[in-house]
Amino acid sequence: MGSVGDLDLAEDVLQDAFVAALQRWPEDGVPKHPRAWLLRTARHTAIDRFRRDANFKVKRAQLEILVELERRAKPDEMDDTIEDERLRLVFTCCHPALAEPARVALTLRTIGGLTTTEIARAFLVPETTMAQRLVRAKRKIKAAGIPYRVPPPHLWPERLRSVLSVIYLVFNEGYAATSGRQPTRAGLCDEAIRLGRILVDLVPREPEAAGLLALMLLHDSRRRARADESGDLVTLERQDRGLWNQEKIDAGACLLRRAIEKRRVGPYQIQAAISAVHARAESYGATDWHQITSLYRKLYELLPSPVIALNKAVALSFAEGVEAGLAALSDLDAQGVLGRYQPFHAARADLLRRAGRLAEAANAYRQALLLTRNAAEQRFLETRLQELLEQPFATP
Amino acid sequence: MVSVQQGEREMQYMVLIYSADSAGPVPDTPEFGEMMQGYGAFTQEVREKGVMKGSDPLQPVATATTVRVRKGATETTDGPFAETKEQLGGYYILDCEDLDEAIDYAAKIPSAKFGSIEIRPIMVFE
Repeated sequence: MGSVGDLDLAEDVLQDAFVAALQRWPEDGVPKHPRAWLLRTARHTAIDRFRRDANFKVKRAQLEILVELERRAKPDEMDDTIEDERLRLVFTCCHPALAEPARVALTLRTIGGLTTTEIARAFLVPETTMAQRLVRAKRKIKAAGIPYRVPPPHLWPERLRSVLSVIYLVFNEGYAATSGRQPTRAGLCDEAIRLGRILVDLVPREPEAAGLLALMLLHDSRRRARADESGDLVTLERQDRGLWNQEKIDAGACLLRRAIEKRRVGPYQIQAAISAVHARAESYGATDWHQITSLYRKLYELLPSPVIALNKAVALSFAEGVEAGLAALSDLDAQGVLGRYQPFHAARADLLRRAGRLAEAANAYRQALLLTRNAAEQRFLETRLQELLEQPFATP
Repeated sequence: MVSVQQGEREMQYMVLIYSADSAGPVPDTPEFGEMMQGYGAFTQEVREKGVMKGSDPLQPVATATTVRVRKGATETTDGPFAETKEQLGGYYILDCEDLDEAIDYAAKIPSAKFGSIEIRPIMVFE
Protein backbone atom coordinates (compact mmCIF):
# COMPACT_ATOMS: atom_id res chain seq x y z
CA MET A 1 0.00 0.00 0.00
CA GLY A 2 2.95 2.30 0.60
CA SER A 3 3.44 2.96 -3.07
CA VAL A 4 -0.25 3.06 -3.87
CA GLY A 5 -1.58 5.12 -0.97
CA ASP A 6 -5.09 3.79 -1.14
CA LEU A 7 -6.21 0.73 0.80
CA ASP A 8 -9.04 -0.25 -1.55
CA LEU A 9 -6.95 0.06 -4.68
CA ALA A 10 -4.14 -1.87 -3.02
CA GLU A 11 -6.51 -4.70 -2.15
CA ASP A 12 -7.88 -4.75 -5.69
CA VAL A 13 -4.56 -4.86 -7.50
CA LEU A 14 -3.18 -7.50 -5.14
CA GLN A 15 -6.28 -9.57 -5.79
CA ASP A 16 -5.76 -9.17 -9.52
CA ALA A 17 -2.14 -10.22 -9.12
CA PHE A 18 -3.17 -13.40 -7.30
CA VAL A 19 -5.67 -14.18 -10.04
CA ALA A 20 -3.01 -13.63 -12.67
CA ALA A 21 -0.64 -15.92 -10.74
CA LEU A 22 -3.26 -18.67 -10.57
CA GLN A 23 -3.67 -18.42 -14.32
CA ARG A 24 -0.04 -18.06 -15.37
CA TRP A 25 2.01 -20.13 -12.92
CA PRO A 26 0.54 -23.54 -13.76
CA GLU A 27 1.65 -22.96 -17.37
CA ASP A 28 4.80 -20.85 -17.00
CA GLY A 29 5.97 -22.47 -13.77
CA VAL A 30 6.38 -20.77 -10.41
CA PRO A 31 8.79 -17.83 -10.75
CA LYS A 32 12.12 -17.79 -8.90
CA HIS A 33 10.92 -15.03 -6.56
CA PRO A 34 7.18 -15.51 -6.28
CA ARG A 35 6.54 -12.69 -3.80
CA ALA A 36 8.46 -10.25 -5.95
CA TRP A 37 6.48 -11.38 -8.98
CA LEU A 38 3.20 -10.73 -7.18
CA LEU A 39 4.25 -7.29 -6.01
CA ARG A 40 5.56 -6.34 -9.42
CA THR A 41 2.35 -7.47 -11.10
CA ALA A 42 0.29 -5.58 -8.53
CA ARG A 43 2.32 -2.44 -9.08
CA HIS A 44 1.94 -2.72 -12.86
CA THR A 45 -1.82 -3.01 -12.47
CA ALA A 46 -1.82 0.05 -10.24
CA ILE A 47 0.26 1.99 -12.75
CA ASP A 48 -2.19 1.06 -15.50
CA ARG A 49 -5.11 2.15 -13.40
CA PHE A 50 -3.54 5.46 -12.53
CA ARG A 51 -2.86 6.13 -16.20
CA ARG A 52 -6.49 5.56 -17.07
CA ASP A 53 -7.68 7.60 -14.10
CA ALA A 54 -9.49 10.81 -14.86
CA ASN A 55 -7.61 12.57 -12.09
CA PHE A 56 -4.36 11.68 -13.78
CA LYS A 57 -2.88 15.15 -13.27
CA VAL A 58 -2.96 15.00 -9.49
CA LYS A 59 -1.87 11.38 -9.27
CA ARG A 60 1.06 12.09 -11.56
CA ALA A 61 3.48 12.44 -8.66
CA GLN A 62 2.44 9.07 -7.26
CA LEU A 63 2.62 7.50 -10.69
CA GLU A 64 6.13 8.76 -11.26
CA ILE A 65 7.27 7.33 -7.95
CA LEU A 66 5.77 3.95 -8.80
CA VAL A 67 7.42 3.84 -12.21
CA GLU A 68 10.76 4.81 -10.68
CA LEU A 69 10.42 2.09 -8.04
CA GLU A 70 9.78 -0.45 -10.78
CA ARG A 71 12.87 0.64 -12.68
CA ARG A 72 15.11 0.40 -9.66
CA ALA A 73 13.72 -2.72 -7.99
CA LYS A 74 15.90 -5.81 -7.82
CA PRO A 75 14.08 -9.15 -7.52
CA ASP A 76 15.55 -10.35 -4.21
CA GLU A 77 15.10 -6.96 -2.53
CA MET A 78 11.38 -7.43 -2.46
CA ASP A 79 11.25 -10.71 -0.55
CA ASP A 80 11.16 -9.04 2.85
CA THR A 81 8.67 -6.51 1.60
CA ILE A 82 5.63 -8.63 2.39
CA GLU A 83 6.59 -8.73 6.07
CA ASP A 84 7.15 -4.97 6.07
CA GLU A 85 3.84 -4.45 4.30
CA ARG A 86 2.04 -6.47 6.93
CA LEU A 87 3.67 -4.56 9.74
CA ARG A 88 2.80 -1.24 8.18
CA LEU A 89 -0.72 -2.45 7.60
CA VAL A 90 -1.26 -3.56 11.18
CA PHE A 91 -0.05 -0.26 12.63
CA THR A 92 -2.18 1.71 10.18
CA CYS A 93 -5.30 -0.31 10.96
CA CYS A 94 -4.74 0.24 14.69
CA HIS A 95 -3.94 3.94 14.47
CA PRO A 96 -5.35 5.81 17.51
CA ALA A 97 -7.09 8.34 15.26
CA LEU A 98 -9.51 5.57 14.27
CA ALA A 99 -12.35 4.66 16.59
CA GLU A 100 -11.80 1.35 18.35
CA PRO A 101 -14.61 -0.56 16.59
CA ALA A 102 -13.11 0.67 13.31
CA ARG A 103 -9.64 -0.54 14.30
CA VAL A 104 -10.99 -3.94 15.18
CA ALA A 105 -13.00 -4.29 11.97
CA LEU A 106 -10.17 -3.07 9.77
CA THR A 107 -7.61 -5.38 11.40
CA LEU A 108 -9.85 -8.41 11.06
CA ARG A 109 -10.61 -7.54 7.44
CA THR A 110 -7.14 -6.58 6.29
CA ILE A 111 -4.79 -8.76 8.35
CA GLY A 112 -7.20 -11.49 9.33
CA GLY A 113 -8.73 -11.70 5.90
CA LEU A 114 -12.20 -12.21 7.32
CA THR A 115 -15.10 -11.19 5.10
CA THR A 116 -17.35 -8.32 6.09
CA THR A 117 -20.13 -10.85 6.64
CA GLU A 118 -18.01 -12.91 8.99
CA ILE A 119 -16.96 -9.87 11.02
CA ALA A 120 -20.55 -8.61 11.21
CA ARG A 121 -21.77 -11.97 12.48
CA ALA A 122 -18.95 -12.23 14.98
CA PHE A 123 -19.80 -8.86 16.52
CA LEU A 124 -23.54 -9.25 16.23
CA VAL A 125 -24.14 -6.22 14.02
CA PRO A 126 -25.97 -6.06 10.67
CA GLU A 127 -23.77 -6.55 7.66
CA THR A 128 -24.54 -3.09 6.27
CA THR A 129 -23.43 -1.52 9.53
CA MET A 130 -20.12 -3.36 9.40
CA ALA A 131 -19.63 -2.55 5.73
CA GLN A 132 -20.21 1.14 6.46
CA ARG A 133 -17.84 1.00 9.40
CA LEU A 134 -15.09 -0.31 7.12
CA VAL A 135 -15.79 2.21 4.38
CA ARG A 136 -15.74 5.11 6.84
CA ALA A 137 -12.51 3.88 8.39
CA LYS A 138 -10.78 3.66 5.03
CA ARG A 139 -12.11 7.09 4.13
CA LYS A 140 -10.78 8.56 7.33
CA ILE A 141 -7.34 7.06 6.70
CA LYS A 142 -7.24 8.77 3.34
CA ALA A 143 -8.93 12.06 4.25
CA ALA A 144 -7.11 12.67 7.51
CA GLY A 145 -3.76 11.65 6.10
CA ILE A 146 -3.10 8.75 8.44
CA PRO A 147 0.34 7.63 7.29
CA TYR A 148 0.91 4.14 5.99
CA ARG A 149 4.06 3.22 7.86
CA VAL A 150 5.63 1.61 10.86
CA PRO A 151 5.69 4.35 13.51
CA PRO A 152 9.01 5.94 14.51
CA PRO A 153 10.64 4.86 17.81
CA HIS A 154 9.20 7.63 19.96
CA LEU A 155 5.64 6.60 19.04
CA TRP A 156 6.24 2.86 19.14
CA PRO A 157 5.17 2.19 22.76
CA GLU A 158 1.78 3.88 22.38
CA ARG A 159 1.12 2.40 18.95
CA LEU A 160 2.13 -1.13 19.87
CA ARG A 161 -0.18 -0.92 22.86
CA SER A 162 -3.00 -0.04 20.50
CA VAL A 163 -2.30 -3.07 18.30
CA LEU A 164 -2.13 -5.37 21.32
CA SER A 165 -5.37 -4.00 22.72
CA VAL A 166 -7.18 -4.52 19.41
CA ILE A 167 -6.09 -8.16 19.28
CA TYR A 168 -7.00 -8.68 22.93
CA LEU A 169 -10.39 -7.11 22.36
CA VAL A 170 -11.09 -9.61 19.59
CA PHE A 171 -10.05 -12.41 21.92
CA ASN A 172 -12.29 -11.19 24.73
CA GLU A 173 -15.28 -10.94 22.38
CA GLY A 174 -14.74 -14.55 21.49
CA TYR A 175 -14.02 -15.59 25.05
CA ALA A 176 -17.23 -14.06 26.36
CA ALA A 177 -19.06 -16.06 23.73
CA THR A 178 -17.53 -19.45 24.45
CA SER A 179 -20.02 -20.16 27.16
CA GLY A 180 -22.85 -19.87 24.69
CA ARG A 181 -23.52 -21.93 21.62
CA GLN A 182 -22.25 -19.45 19.02
CA PRO A 183 -19.42 -21.07 17.12
CA THR A 184 -18.81 -18.02 14.91
CA ARG A 185 -18.18 -15.86 17.91
CA ALA A 186 -16.07 -18.48 19.68
CA GLY A 187 -14.00 -18.58 16.47
CA LEU A 188 -12.86 -15.07 17.37
CA CYS A 189 -10.54 -16.59 19.97
CA ASP A 190 -8.80 -18.62 17.28
CA GLU A 191 -8.66 -15.55 15.08
CA ALA A 192 -7.13 -13.44 17.85
CA ILE A 193 -4.54 -16.11 18.57
CA ARG A 194 -3.72 -16.26 14.87
CA LEU A 195 -3.29 -12.47 14.77
CA GLY A 196 -1.19 -12.72 17.92
CA ARG A 197 1.13 -15.22 16.22
CA ILE A 198 1.45 -13.01 13.16
CA LEU A 199 2.35 -10.07 15.39
CA VAL A 200 4.95 -12.04 17.35
CA ASP A 201 6.59 -13.02 14.05
CA LEU A 202 6.57 -9.40 12.92
CA VAL A 203 7.96 -7.92 16.13
CA PRO A 204 10.08 -10.70 17.65
CA ARG A 205 11.90 -8.31 19.95
CA GLU A 206 8.74 -7.15 21.72
CA PRO A 207 8.10 -9.20 24.86
CA GLU A 208 4.60 -7.78 25.33
CA ALA A 209 3.50 -9.22 21.99
CA ALA A 210 4.68 -12.65 23.15
CA GLY A 211 3.08 -11.93 26.53
CA LEU A 212 -0.28 -11.30 24.90
CA LEU A 213 -0.07 -14.46 22.83
CA ALA A 214 0.88 -16.45 25.93
CA LEU A 215 -2.05 -14.93 27.83
CA MET A 216 -4.51 -15.83 25.09
CA LEU A 217 -3.20 -19.39 24.79
CA LEU A 218 -3.40 -19.89 28.54
CA HIS A 219 -6.95 -18.54 28.73
CA ASP A 220 -7.97 -20.54 25.69
CA SER A 221 -6.57 -23.74 27.19
CA ARG A 222 -9.59 -23.71 29.52
CA ARG A 223 -12.15 -23.39 26.75
CA ARG A 224 -13.69 -26.83 27.17
CA ALA A 225 -13.98 -26.52 30.92
CA ARG A 226 -15.55 -23.06 30.99
CA ALA A 227 -19.11 -23.99 30.22
CA ASP A 228 -21.35 -26.79 31.46
CA GLU A 229 -23.92 -28.76 29.43
CA SER A 230 -26.51 -26.00 29.63
CA GLY A 231 -23.99 -23.46 28.40
CA ASP A 232 -23.60 -21.75 31.76
CA LEU A 233 -20.28 -20.43 32.97
CA VAL A 234 -18.19 -22.57 35.28
CA THR A 235 -15.85 -20.57 37.46
CA LEU A 236 -12.14 -21.34 37.69
CA GLU A 237 -12.76 -22.74 41.14
CA ARG A 238 -15.11 -25.40 39.89
CA GLN A 239 -13.65 -26.27 36.49
CA ASP A 240 -12.71 -29.83 35.64
CA ARG A 241 -8.98 -29.36 35.18
CA GLY A 242 -8.78 -32.59 33.24
CA LEU A 243 -10.49 -30.74 30.41
CA TRP A 244 -7.74 -28.13 30.17
CA ASN A 245 -5.68 -28.28 26.98
CA GLN A 246 -2.15 -29.11 28.11
CA GLU A 247 -0.61 -28.35 24.72
CA LYS A 248 -1.85 -24.75 24.82
CA ILE A 249 -0.71 -24.41 28.43
CA ASP A 250 2.78 -25.60 27.50
CA ALA A 251 2.92 -23.33 24.46
CA GLY A 252 1.80 -20.34 26.52
CA ALA A 253 4.23 -21.08 29.33
CA CYS A 254 7.12 -21.48 26.91
CA LEU A 255 6.35 -18.18 25.17
CA LEU A 256 6.09 -16.46 28.52
CA ARG A 257 9.45 -17.80 29.71
CA ARG A 258 11.17 -16.48 26.61
CA ALA A 259 9.43 -13.11 26.91
CA ILE A 260 10.41 -12.66 30.55
CA GLU A 261 14.05 -13.32 29.66
CA LYS A 262 14.01 -10.02 27.78
CA ARG A 263 13.56 -8.25 31.11
CA ARG A 264 10.98 -5.76 29.88
CA VAL A 265 7.99 -6.78 31.90
CA GLY A 266 4.58 -5.35 31.04
CA PRO A 267 0.90 -5.92 31.85
CA TYR A 268 0.32 -8.72 29.33
CA GLN A 269 3.29 -10.71 30.56
CA ILE A 270 2.12 -10.34 34.16
CA GLN A 271 -1.43 -11.38 33.34
CA ALA A 272 -0.03 -14.35 31.45
CA ALA A 273 2.10 -15.22 34.46
CA ILE A 274 -0.97 -15.17 36.71
CA SER A 275 -2.78 -17.43 34.28
CA ALA A 276 0.24 -19.73 34.17
CA VAL A 277 0.27 -20.08 37.96
CA HIS A 278 -3.37 -21.18 37.82
CA ALA A 279 -2.58 -23.54 34.97
CA ARG A 280 0.14 -25.26 37.02
CA ALA A 281 -2.09 -25.91 40.02
CA GLU A 282 -3.69 -29.33 40.52
CA SER A 283 -6.71 -27.68 42.09
CA TYR A 284 -8.02 -24.29 43.10
CA GLY A 285 -6.97 -24.93 46.68
CA ALA A 286 -3.46 -26.02 45.65
CA THR A 287 -2.85 -22.78 43.72
CA ASP A 288 0.19 -20.73 44.69
CA TRP A 289 -1.83 -17.80 45.94
CA HIS A 290 1.17 -15.98 47.33
CA GLN A 291 2.72 -15.79 43.92
CA ILE A 292 -0.57 -14.70 42.38
CA THR A 293 -1.00 -11.99 44.98
CA SER A 294 2.49 -10.68 44.39
CA LEU A 295 1.87 -10.72 40.62
CA TYR A 296 -1.33 -8.76 41.09
CA ARG A 297 0.58 -6.24 43.19
CA LYS A 298 3.03 -5.75 40.31
CA LEU A 299 0.17 -5.52 37.83
CA TYR A 300 -1.56 -2.92 39.96
CA GLU A 301 1.59 -0.81 39.93
CA LEU A 302 1.45 -0.73 36.13
CA LEU A 303 -2.33 -0.51 35.77
CA PRO A 304 -3.91 0.88 38.93
CA SER A 305 -7.47 -0.03 38.04
CA PRO A 306 -10.19 -0.92 40.60
CA VAL A 307 -10.87 -4.18 38.77
CA ILE A 308 -7.28 -5.29 39.23
CA ALA A 309 -7.46 -4.22 42.86
CA LEU A 310 -10.54 -6.44 43.21
CA ASN A 311 -8.75 -9.47 41.79
CA LYS A 312 -5.81 -8.69 44.06
CA ALA A 313 -8.10 -8.68 47.09
CA VAL A 314 -9.53 -12.08 46.19
CA ALA A 315 -6.04 -13.54 45.75
CA LEU A 316 -5.05 -11.99 49.07
CA SER A 317 -7.97 -13.72 50.78
CA PHE A 318 -6.46 -17.06 49.83
CA ALA A 319 -2.85 -16.10 50.47
CA GLU A 320 -3.32 -14.37 53.82
CA GLY A 321 -6.81 -15.28 54.94
CA VAL A 322 -10.37 -14.11 54.46
CA GLU A 323 -10.07 -11.18 56.87
CA ALA A 324 -7.21 -9.69 54.84
CA GLY A 325 -9.31 -10.03 51.69
CA LEU A 326 -12.35 -8.44 53.30
CA ALA A 327 -10.25 -5.57 54.60
CA ALA A 328 -8.90 -4.95 51.11
CA LEU A 329 -12.43 -5.02 49.72
CA SER A 330 -13.66 -2.54 52.24
CA ASP A 331 -10.80 -0.19 51.29
CA LEU A 332 -11.94 -0.50 47.70
CA ASP A 333 -15.51 0.15 48.68
CA ALA A 334 -14.43 3.33 50.40
CA GLN A 335 -13.02 4.57 47.11
CA GLY A 336 -16.55 4.42 45.81
CA VAL A 337 -15.87 3.25 42.25
CA LEU A 338 -17.04 -0.34 42.30
CA GLY A 339 -20.47 0.17 43.82
CA ARG A 340 -22.23 -0.66 40.57
CA TYR A 341 -19.83 -3.41 39.53
CA GLN A 342 -21.53 -6.76 39.93
CA PRO A 343 -18.36 -8.85 40.36
CA PHE A 344 -17.40 -6.68 43.33
CA HIS A 345 -20.51 -7.67 45.23
CA ALA A 346 -20.24 -11.28 44.09
CA ALA A 347 -16.63 -11.44 45.31
CA ARG A 348 -17.57 -9.83 48.59
CA ALA A 349 -20.42 -12.30 49.00
CA ASP A 350 -18.04 -15.18 48.49
CA LEU A 351 -15.55 -13.89 51.06
CA LEU A 352 -18.32 -13.26 53.58
CA ARG A 353 -19.53 -16.81 53.04
CA ARG A 354 -16.04 -18.15 53.70
CA ALA A 355 -15.87 -16.01 56.83
CA GLY A 356 -19.08 -17.63 58.05
CA ARG A 357 -21.05 -14.38 57.84
CA LEU A 358 -23.85 -16.01 55.92
CA ALA A 359 -26.60 -13.45 56.29
CA GLU A 360 -24.32 -10.68 55.03
CA ALA A 361 -23.16 -12.95 52.21
CA ALA A 362 -26.75 -13.50 51.12
CA ASN A 363 -27.33 -9.75 51.06
CA ALA A 364 -24.23 -9.20 49.00
CA TYR A 365 -25.46 -11.76 46.44
CA ARG A 366 -28.77 -9.92 46.33
CA GLN A 367 -26.95 -6.67 45.68
CA ALA A 368 -25.01 -8.36 42.90
CA LEU A 369 -28.24 -9.69 41.40
CA LEU A 370 -29.55 -6.14 41.11
CA LEU A 371 -26.60 -5.36 38.86
CA THR A 372 -26.54 -8.32 36.49
CA ARG A 373 -26.22 -7.57 32.80
CA ASN A 374 -27.45 -10.81 31.29
CA ALA A 375 -29.31 -14.05 31.93
CA ALA A 376 -26.15 -16.13 32.37
CA GLU A 377 -24.87 -13.90 35.16
CA GLN A 378 -28.27 -13.94 36.81
CA ARG A 379 -28.46 -17.74 36.79
CA PHE A 380 -24.96 -17.98 38.21
CA LEU A 381 -25.66 -15.64 41.10
CA GLU A 382 -29.05 -17.13 41.85
CA THR A 383 -27.45 -20.55 42.08
CA ARG A 384 -24.83 -19.27 44.51
CA LEU A 385 -27.48 -17.56 46.61
CA GLN A 386 -29.56 -20.70 46.66
CA GLU A 387 -26.58 -22.82 47.75
CA LEU A 388 -25.98 -20.33 50.52
CA LEU A 389 -29.57 -20.38 51.77
CA GLU A 390 -29.61 -24.15 51.81
CA GLN A 391 -26.79 -24.15 54.32
CA PRO A 392 -27.76 -24.65 57.96
CA PHE A 393 -27.89 -21.53 60.15
CA ALA A 394 -28.36 -19.20 57.22
CA THR A 395 -30.90 -16.46 57.91
CA PRO A 396 -32.64 -15.48 54.68
CA MET B 1 -9.91 25.53 -0.11
CA VAL B 2 -6.46 24.48 -1.10
CA SER B 3 -4.78 23.38 -4.30
CA VAL B 4 -1.79 21.11 -4.09
CA GLN B 5 1.28 22.81 -5.47
CA GLN B 6 4.78 21.66 -6.20
CA GLY B 7 7.08 21.60 -3.20
CA GLU B 8 4.33 21.79 -0.60
CA ARG B 9 3.59 18.93 1.73
CA GLU B 10 0.75 16.50 1.23
CA MET B 11 -1.70 17.75 3.82
CA GLN B 12 -2.94 20.91 5.42
CA TYR B 13 -4.66 20.83 8.77
CA MET B 14 -6.58 23.35 10.77
CA VAL B 15 -5.64 22.84 14.39
CA LEU B 16 -8.44 24.14 16.62
CA ILE B 17 -7.70 24.95 20.24
CA TYR B 18 -10.52 24.35 22.72
CA SER B 19 -10.51 24.90 26.44
CA ALA B 20 -12.81 25.64 29.34
CA ASP B 21 -12.74 29.00 31.06
CA SER B 22 -12.19 27.33 34.42
CA ALA B 23 -9.30 25.22 33.17
CA GLY B 24 -5.84 26.55 32.45
CA PRO B 25 -3.76 29.14 34.29
CA VAL B 26 -5.26 32.38 35.57
CA PRO B 27 -4.06 35.61 33.88
CA ASP B 28 -1.24 37.50 35.63
CA THR B 29 0.02 34.41 37.43
CA PRO B 30 3.50 33.01 36.73
CA GLU B 31 1.85 29.88 35.27
CA PHE B 32 0.04 32.08 32.79
CA GLY B 33 3.32 33.71 31.82
CA GLU B 34 4.83 30.28 31.25
CA MET B 35 1.94 29.33 29.03
CA MET B 36 2.32 32.48 26.94
CA GLN B 37 6.01 31.76 26.55
CA GLY B 38 5.09 28.26 25.44
CA TYR B 39 2.83 29.67 22.75
CA GLY B 40 5.57 32.03 21.64
CA ALA B 41 8.04 29.18 21.35
CA PHE B 42 5.57 27.00 19.48
CA THR B 43 4.63 29.68 17.00
CA GLN B 44 8.29 30.42 16.39
CA GLU B 45 9.04 26.75 15.78
CA VAL B 46 6.26 26.18 13.25
CA ARG B 47 7.06 29.45 11.53
CA GLU B 48 10.77 28.69 11.21
CA LYS B 49 10.07 25.23 9.86
CA GLY B 50 7.81 26.70 7.20
CA VAL B 51 4.96 24.63 8.56
CA MET B 52 2.69 27.44 9.69
CA LYS B 53 0.34 28.83 7.10
CA GLY B 54 -1.74 30.91 9.46
CA SER B 55 -2.80 31.34 13.05
CA ASP B 56 -4.81 33.63 15.28
CA PRO B 57 -5.87 33.77 18.89
CA LEU B 58 -9.57 34.50 19.20
CA GLN B 59 -11.18 36.89 21.64
CA PRO B 60 -13.08 35.21 24.48
CA VAL B 61 -16.36 33.45 23.85
CA ALA B 62 -18.25 36.26 25.58
CA THR B 63 -17.54 38.36 22.49
CA ALA B 64 -19.10 35.82 20.12
CA THR B 65 -22.16 36.34 18.00
CA THR B 66 -24.03 33.62 16.11
CA VAL B 67 -25.92 34.20 12.87
CA ARG B 68 -28.48 31.86 11.32
CA VAL B 69 -30.74 32.46 8.34
CA ARG B 70 -33.96 30.48 8.54
CA LYS B 71 -36.85 30.86 6.13
CA GLY B 72 -35.24 33.99 4.73
CA ALA B 73 -34.98 35.67 8.14
CA THR B 74 -31.65 36.45 9.72
CA GLU B 75 -31.47 35.42 13.38
CA THR B 76 -28.66 36.97 15.36
CA THR B 77 -27.90 35.71 18.87
CA ASP B 78 -25.36 36.54 21.52
CA GLY B 79 -22.79 33.83 22.23
CA PRO B 80 -21.21 30.84 20.50
CA PHE B 81 -23.14 28.47 18.22
CA ALA B 82 -23.40 25.94 21.06
CA GLU B 83 -23.00 26.12 24.80
CA THR B 84 -20.24 23.64 25.43
CA LYS B 85 -17.90 23.49 28.38
CA GLU B 86 -14.83 23.86 26.16
CA GLN B 87 -14.88 26.67 23.66
CA LEU B 88 -12.73 27.67 20.69
CA GLY B 89 -9.85 29.93 21.66
CA GLY B 90 -7.66 30.04 18.60
CA TYR B 91 -6.27 28.10 15.66
CA TYR B 92 -3.23 27.26 13.58
CA ILE B 93 -3.13 26.17 9.96
CA LEU B 94 -0.26 23.75 9.50
CA ASP B 95 1.32 22.18 6.45
CA CYS B 96 2.22 18.59 7.35
CA GLU B 97 3.34 15.34 5.74
CA ASP B 98 0.66 13.33 7.49
CA LEU B 99 -1.58 13.14 10.54
CA ASP B 100 1.21 11.91 12.80
CA GLU B 101 3.20 15.06 12.15
CA ALA B 102 0.13 17.18 12.90
CA ILE B 103 -0.46 15.22 16.09
CA ASP B 104 3.15 15.81 17.14
CA TYR B 105 2.69 19.57 16.74
CA ALA B 106 -0.75 19.63 18.36
CA ALA B 107 0.68 17.94 21.44
CA LYS B 108 3.17 20.80 21.81
CA ILE B 109 0.45 23.44 22.00
CA PRO B 110 0.32 24.63 25.63
CA SER B 111 -3.47 24.37 25.90
CA ALA B 112 -3.26 20.67 25.10
CA LYS B 113 -2.34 20.15 28.76
CA PHE B 114 -5.76 21.24 30.01
CA GLY B 115 -7.92 21.58 26.89
CA SER B 116 -8.61 19.72 23.66
CA ILE B 117 -6.96 20.23 20.31
CA GLU B 118 -8.98 19.21 17.29
CA ILE B 119 -7.11 18.41 14.09
CA ARG B 120 -9.19 18.79 10.95
CA PRO B 121 -7.77 18.20 7.45
CA ILE B 122 -8.55 21.02 5.06
CA MET B 123 -10.67 20.07 2.08
CA VAL B 124 -8.66 19.85 -1.13
CA PHE B 125 -10.48 20.34 -4.42
CA GLU B 126 -8.76 18.89 -7.44
